Amino acid sequence: MTALPAAARHRQARIPVSRQMLLVLILLAAALAAPFAVYPVFLMKGLCYGLFATAFDLLLGFAGLLSFGHAAFFGFAAYVTANAARQWGWPPELAIPCGVAAAAALGAAFGWLAIRRQGIYFAMITLALAQMMYFVAVEAPFTHGEDGIQGVPRGLLFGLFDLSNSRTMYYFVLAVFVLGLAFLHRVVHSPFGQVLKAIRDNEPRAVSLGYRVERYKLVAFVLSAGMAGLAGSVKALVFQLASLGDVHWHASGEVVLMTLLGGVGTLFGPTVGAFVVVTIQDVFAEAGSWVTIIQGAIFVICVLAFRRGIVGMAAPWLARRGIEA
Amino acid sequence: MLKRLFIAAAAVALSAGAAYAQPYSDGKVKIGVLTDLSGFYSDLSGKGSVEAAKMAVEDFGGKVNGIPIEVVAADHQNKPDIASAIARKWYDAEGVDAIVGLVNSGAGLAVRQVSREKGKIDINSGAGSTALTNAQCSRTGFHWAYDVYALAVGTGNAVVKEGGDTWYFLTADYAFGHDLEKQTAKVVIADGGKVLGEVAHPQNSSDFSSYLLQAQASKAKIIGLANAGGDTINAIKQAKEFGITQGGQKLAGLLVFISDVHALGLDTAQGMLLTTSYYWNRDEASRAFAKRFAARMGGRMPTMVQAGVYSSVLHYLKAVKAAKTDEGIKVADEMRAMPVHDFFAENGTVRPDGLMVHDMYLAEVKSPAESKGPWDYYKILRTIPGDQAFMPLADSTCPLVKK
Amino acid sequence: MTTVLGIPIQVLFGQLLLGLINGAFYAVLSLGLALIFGLLNIINFAHGALYMMGAFAAWLLLSHAGIGYWGALVLAPLLVAGIGIAVERTMLSRLYKLDHLYSLLLTFGLALIAEGVFRQLYGISGLPYEIPASLRGGWNLGFMFLPVYRGWVVMASLILCLGTWIAIEKTRLGALLRAATENPPLVQAFGVNVPRLVTATYGFGVAVAALAGVLAAPIYSVNPLMGSNLIITVFAVVVIGGMGSILGSIVTGFLLGLVEGLTKVFFPQGAATVVFVVMAIVLLVKPAGLFGRSN
Repeated sequence: MTALPAAARHRQARIPVSRQMLLVLILLAAALAAPFAVYPVFLMKGLCYGLFATAFDLLLGFAGLLSFGHAAFFGFAAYVTANAARQWGWPPELAIPCGVAAAAALGAAFGWLAIRRQGIYFAMITLALAQMMYFVAVEAPFTHGEDGIQGVPRGLLFGLFDLSNSRTMYYFVLAVFVLGLAFLHRVVHSPFGQVLKAIRDNEPRAVSLGYRVERYKLVAFVLSAGMAGLAGSVKALVFQLASLGDVHWHASGEVVLMTLLGGVGTLFGPTVGAFVVVTIQDVFAEAGSWVTIIQGAIFVICVLAFRRGIVGMAAPWLARRGIEA
Repeated sequence: MLKRLFIAAAAVALSAGAAYAQPYSDGKVKIGVLTDLSGFYSDLSGKGSVEAAKMAVEDFGGKVNGIPIEVVAADHQNKPDIASAIARKWYDAEGVDAIVGLVNSGAGLAVRQVSREKGKIDINSGAGSTALTNAQCSRTGFHWAYDVYALAVGTGNAVVKEGGDTWYFLTADYAFGHDLEKQTAKVVIADGGKVLGEVAHPQNSSDFSSYLLQAQASKAKIIGLANAGGDTINAIKQAKEFGITQGGQKLAGLLVFISDVHALGLDTAQGMLLTTSYYWNRDEASRAFAKRFAARMGGRMPTMVQAGVYSSVLHYLKAVKAAKTDEGIKVADEMRAMPVHDFFAENGTVRPDGLMVHDMYLAEVKSPAESKGPWDYYKILRTIPGDQAFMPLADSTCPLVKK
Repeated sequence: MTTVLGIPIQVLFGQLLLGLINGAFYAVLSLGLALIFGLLNIINFAHGALYMMGAFAAWLLLSHAGIGYWGALVLAPLLVAGIGIAVERTMLSRLYKLDHLYSLLLTFGLALIAEGVFRQLYGISGLPYEIPASLRGGWNLGFMFLPVYRGWVVMASLILCLGTWIAIEKTRLGALLRAATENPPLVQAFGVNVPRLVTATYGFGVAVAALAGVLAAPIYSVNPLMGSNLIITVFAVVVIGGMGSILGSIVTGFLLGLVEGLTKVFFPQGAATVVFVVMAIVLLVKPAGLFGRSN
């Protein structure tokens, strides 16, 4: 698992903060202005999937674990939040944490099982466990099977902000996204993140240094699941719907694709990848299965020739200008 | 840089606001056909539904009060999330005024939610769920071609009268399937029959062997197929493979389209009773439409869903003409006020809950010997008048119904 | 009527028999996966897509070339194996030096492309493929009516699985294969062309998947999605079996088919999940799998 996050290494050098801050500010300003020029629901979808992919990348890029079942957390949280908002009438500030907690709990259970094996086994086990979650979603009464939970109210945030307005909703999603990204950034740069990277690069050495490797992996797994859940919960409110599509293995594959395309182990890569994939979905929505074909082709190209991804490729160039990607 | 962006954004917002002042949003009447274009229900709906909508627009003259009419189409893949996302985008960003077609109850209900929220018209001619005109009814929502109540009344009554008084259901595991099972069970019990059990199967199953075995073990006289499209076809075929029909049990397809009969062949399907709202070879008017439709669709005759789409689009356009606007609520009120009179519904009325009430027909599938040519599949046994076929308005739980 | 735990015995036997039929497909597919994994050390995510392509090849041979079931049983695996070998030579072989996850992602991408192309061309409603005339009809077994064709599927899969097992355990080629799995440089040193052995193994694994597809075509209608739904279950089977031995994957495949059949009797809603529950339990008790060697 040492080959994947090549791009991550570019960051070790010390970088002046000012240009970094400038880039972040420009991005933020663009994000604030975007809903006036672009269809807000599209932007929100991109942000949700960006957060989802970033959460997934915490595992792949920083712990070296390829989970092929992350849709389970994304979708389960979506169901729980949708149910809390619709059946129990909870406001968003309660319904979303409820979904996140559910995803984290599910992540603890799945992670506990999956970290027993590494590499491809880990990928297959997470996929199989996620498929189990899918069948539960088909059968469980509260998920309403093929229909999904429909007509989820977006609600009043803190009793003040009416989220049924698309722009208000957008700024809420943006805030969640920025906080989520900042949190993951913090985790990666904490001592905990350093240990994770050490495990990724050389697990036996980390063990011999006395680290309880299993524990670190499990914590990373739960964190990642919880953040994926956050993305799913918010998505359920954006689309006012939680359905089987969110827990399907296709969604698990898509998040791998977004991360790979954007750049494994980079801060913004997964989000860039997410926006590219969401754009493709949007453009080809009416063209049947072309989306699947294009996604497959991107996988093949990325794996064969483009393993560092978009941001990973740009990272050295940006680093020379003092910007961490 | 930021300032310039904001100015540009404000300009976009202003110009968008200006459009709302006109009676016709973006100077066009835009109809979206949202249905299954590639999946299990694409034969009974799919491109045929799109074609039917286009025919209605052409027959209406392509313009309403001098305003051009446009038809767009998309594939919802029978998934509620995709259906709801496309509907939202159509209404928000692409100026669609009404969505028609909408086979599959899950997708139909998802679009109903969005349409109600946006105050836009949705006319469902493909799904069966009675929720569309009960709990989920809307002032701008309509249910056109058939619903599971009408199917249950038609087929359920007829089968029990023929002696099929013990039932076992094979139910598609989504809103439509459960609704169909529930309504039919009510009819069976009311007629003195008994329901021995049921098993739910996922939508789009390829293997029915295990469910059929359970149905066989129940010893019920009738195995009721509370499913649709490819599921119905596969279940009927595999029942033959496992010797169930030879063993004396009978299958009752509760929702059978003419495209299903076509796929099964008369040899397998003969003798089956079914309820339909349209049969192409019923009278002059229905034949005339069917022949034009078949000429455009490579010889395929229209199903009740496709004929329903034509009828619903025509009625919608008439209402737009009368309302002199494409604004959802005003058009919806006109649609309720006008009677429906075309080859599909001779004396249809649109009720306050959005249900278009019209006659239904009990049909029997002909034997290969009785059939005189391609697509000559049904004998119409009797007409079920609209007021008997559909749920009485007094029983509707729709909040729009004043009691 | 005799009953077991309140279930009529005929229902029990019937469901077990159907379970065995499903198990036959699990066994054949996990056998191919295990073979490929053994020598190439990759998880072939495209296995389900290749199974689907086998079924489509049979359908295309019939509808365009007039070649019937028996011809397809031979030709379809050859055709699909040809595609598989081309993929191995042009793409997979570039990734052997990298992390194995890359080949997993590559084959996943290829599976998506295959699925998408066939969906685009043929839709997802499924194409009918008639049971060959010589295998129509059925036997009344007393407890159930067994269609001849389904009986044939179980027989054919058993023969295929056992044949492969014997070939690998008892022949010289098999011995070479096992040796190359253990220590490729050494076998290379003995003058064996290991890359060619690798290609041949991949081709054989693919052919087996395609053969399963042909067997499945008359039972399940030929459908672009038929493989992707199956492959995840087969992954779980592989994790349970443990990849350690060919025999292990065969036995686990049939066994899990039976377990699924039993579940359909006692708790039908759980039938789709039971394989994954078994997987979780096996992981807790024996992380290397039932037949796997822990290392």
